[in-house]
Amino acid sequence: MTSLLIFFVLVLIGIAIWQLTKIFDLTQVGSNSGDSEVANDKDNSINGYLMFAFVGFIYIFTIYSLLKWGDLVLGTPASEHGADVDNLMAISMYLIFFVQTITQFLLHYFTFKYRGKQGQKALYFADNNKLEAIWTIIPVIVLAGLILYGLYTWNNIMYYDDEEEVIYVELYAKQFGWEVRYSGEDNTLGKANVRFIEGVNTLGVDLSDPAAQDDKVVNELHLPKGKKIVFKMRSQDVLHSAYMPHFRAQMNCVPGMITQFAFVPNMTTAEMREDEAIIAKVDKINKIRAKKSIDLVAKGEEALEPYTFDYLLLCNKICGASHYNMQMKIVVDTPEDFKTWLSEKPTLSSQWAEANAPAPAPTPEVELTEPMEVVIDTTKVVAQIIK
Amino acid sequence: MSAHEHGHHKETFITKYIFSLDHKMIAKQYLITGLIMGIVGVLLSILFRMQIAWPEQSFGIFKFLLGENFAPGGVMRNDIYLALVTIHGTIMVFFVLTAGLSGTFSNLLIPLQIGARDMASGFMNMLSYWMFFISSVIMLGSLFIESGPASAGWTIYPPLSALPQAIPGSGLGMTLWLVSMAIFIASSLMGSLNYVVTVINLRTKGMTMTRLPLTVWAFFVTAIIGIISFPVLFSAALLLIFDRSFGTSFFLSDIFIQGEVLHYQGGSPVLFEHLFWFLGHPEVYIVLLPALGITSEIIATNSRKPIFGYRAMIASILAIAFLSTIVWGHHMFISGMNPFLGSVFTFTTLLIAIPSAVKAFNYITTLWKGNLQLNPAMLFSIGLVSTFITGGLTGIILGDSTLDINVHDTYFVVAHFHLVMGISALYGFFAGVYHWFPKMFGKMMNKTLGYVHFWVTAVCAYGVFFPMHFIGMAGLPRRYYTNSAFPLFDELADVNVLITVFAIVGAVFQIVFFWNFFYSIFYGKKATQNPWRSNTLEWTTPVEHIHGNWPGEIPEVHRWAYDYSKPGHDEDFVSQITPMKDGEEELHH
Repeated sequence: MTSLLIFFVLVLIGIAIWQLTKIFDLTQVGSNSGDSEVANDKDNSINGYLMFAFVGFIYIFTIYSLLKWGDLVLGTPASEHGADVDNLMAISMYLIFFVQTITQFLLHYFTFKYRGKQGQKALYFADNNKLEAIWTIIPVIVLAGLILYGLYTWNNIMYYDDEEEVIYVELYAKQFGWEVRYSGEDNTLGKANVRFIEGVNTLGVDLSDPAAQDDKVVNELHLPKGKKIVFKMRSQDVLHSAYMPHFRAQMNCVPGMITQFAFVPNMTTAEMREDEAIIAKVDKINKIRAKKSIDLVAKGEEALEPYTFDYLLLCNKICGASHYNMQMKIVVDTPEDFKTWLSEKPTLSSQWAEANAPAPAPTPEVELTEPMEVVIDTTKVVAQIIK
Repeated sequence: MSAHEHGHHKETFITKYIFSLDHKMIAKQYLITGLIMGIVGVLLSILFRMQIAWPEQSFGIFKFLLGENFAPGGVMRNDIYLALVTIHGTIMVFFVLTAGLSGTFSNLLIPLQIGARDMASGFMNMLSYWMFFISSVIMLGSLFIESGPASAGWTIYPPLSALPQAIPGSGLGMTLWLVSMAIFIASSLMGSLNYVVTVINLRTKGMTMTRLPLTVWAFFVTAIIGIISFPVLFSAALLLIFDRSFGTSFFLSDIFIQGEVLHYQGGSPVLFEHLFWFLGHPEVYIVLLPALGITSEIIATNSRKPIFGYRAMIASILAIAFLSTIVWGHHMFISGMNPFLGSVFTFTTLLIAIPSAVKAFNYITTLWKGNLQLNPAMLFSIGLVSTFITGGLTGIILGDSTLDINVHDTYFVVAHFHLVMGISALYGFFAGVYHWFPKMFGKMMNKTLGYVHFWVTAVCAYGVFFPMHFIGMAGLPRRYYTNSAFPLFDELADVNVLITVFAIVGAVFQIVFFWNFFYSIFYGKKATQNPWRSNTLEWTTPVEHIHGNWPGEIPEVHRWAYDYSKPGHDEDFVSQITPMKDGEEELHH
């Protein structure tokens, strides 16, 4: 591949140099006046036709891209609000394609049609209030619709009813991995601060807080289908972003404050694996991986594992050298399976007790009155203080 | 002092070419420096594009350019990948498209097009260039230090940019970045103040604000936005320096890194994001408006038609400038800021589509029934309108908080801003160079090479950035060293190879431009006084540069800049200095 690339570059440099030498010839012939470097009818004609061809290129490239790469986009959304997001996206996309098709055509077609000719007279047409009004008002109306629909969905996604039955889950980010804390039976996350981090207590949970006693810390995110999950997000070092593309969910994790995002997963992992688009995608990826494996095995390396579909949590805010590999698997279970899975996990306090069995748990030296209230005003709503 | 006396001043090489006070020479200095920075910026992008397309492979060129430290065995280090991305962004946005574009053409055109002998303060203008030069040297110098240059992305969000423990580039590299940018901002402010004062005070007789060419309007408004927003970045940079060096906690709080709790408490990275984007968003328009101004002038001249809707164009420049200062939050929908603010910023952001649409339609209408002279400058201007539309439309998606949730920080964003501000502004830059090259150097650039340059660039620009929309909608985050950590992204590998090939071809063909540029300076054909048969004042000055621009009196202006193909005149252009005929009516007055 490398040699191919170098070859490619060399060929191009060759072409470039050929072009460059041509300039010498060009400077030798013809008149020596600068006016010969101003476009003449022939230049206008050639470039006019090329402009017309270019709009064809844009159209063909667009259609080619849609056919070739259209299936790359994320498929069926796995959350309740995901359908709304995708719907709004589809409307915006149709609109964009419509406007793009027409305006690019006009732009390039006019360039072609009115390409300069000797003796052709341009129209002195400087102003027309009616036209100006039309292309001010039409965007106003269209955008008003988009804004209203957008804000309606945004409010539905970002605000949730306090009365609703929700499950609180903490997503904890650090260079370069994720951890999850479940709030346990009381559905309340215990207080936490990085100053409590010690040994197995990697999240800095305040173990003296009664609410923290039944909290569970795990390395894989399991979610029950059909329940509203309220994620409380924290980071211990730099900015991270919890990106869950299949759920159309993303929120930054900010050191020093708690951010929040809530959604209802509505397809279990097993159900999503049965989704037609996902089956096709997995097949395609496995073909690519099988091909790659042949090369790897030939080089004496291990073959790639076949891919099975899983939901993913990715880091999507530049966070350091290994930013590209900060991920966690997400599993959506039926509520029953979720319950069983979670009940098998030990609580953090029991893990702590086990790890520190001989000595009594030391109280942290730093005293913090309300460690979680380190939040600036504008973010109050998001960073609801854990009760 | 008349211009004639100016001519008799003794000029040494140093006063003429280095510490020159003449705006035309300073413009050329900006241009050459900007072009050199452009070469570096593009080269960096090719290096990291190669890493994305062929991840973790050994390349001779990496070994050669990056050395054993940054690319052990010819394989790029993962933090160096981020460093290249960071410096590429910084150089292209600030050094090429802000200083290079605005510095060159504001300096060249403001005095020439308003009929002034020079900038209001020639000395401050010189100082502005030399501070830009120093900041460029520091920024380039940061590429050569052992711990690597700044690596936290061009947005330098703390804590990553504040803590050397988090990434090596946040040590000395980040310090140099901040120092370089502080000097850069000082340079930019001096330039901007000069532009504003010059436009307000030094217009020649008859040059009312509504007779100004749209280029000058664009430079004028750009300078105002710069004066409003750059100081905010300066304060953010200062506070970050405080956090890094003096232990304050403006942006940092509750940090545990490498087994250690740091003392910071009470600060917020979100505050930094607000400060950064209060510049960062207007910056997009600081980059774009001059390009649009240049395009307005070139499209009108080469269409041999008045620019359509001159007043609407001014109104939309002003509307864009105003809105640009109240939309910064659309970069922060998912930063943890109050969702209500998200709603407000969605609203203001989508409003920008209105003046933008007006501009696009006005350009298209200007072409309608024209007599289009398809010079290379004209092709780049039409190319600009094309990428401005393609890139701008996806802004409707990104500006909508709901949709931003899922495409934020993915390649969709990369595609959007590269098309709408990167490529568009670059096209504006090229268009300006082709168009005003005769004014700057008294020579013509070769048009055939110009055509080759445009067509290859146009195809490659779409080839690079159009497919990125798709991999972005597949959920691929930007700033990933390799995509091979996720089997899900294996199907995107081919697309990435294609993008990189287009990028390399596009970059290599810029050689054609550079060759044409430097060759023509020395051996190009001699330019006539007004090669594009244009109305504006700069073409009434002699081809050979003189101090004070006009040998005698500064001409008086009698009409607006766009009387092309006006009925009742023999020629298809009427210079602004031509007096009105009896009974001739001027539009707009």
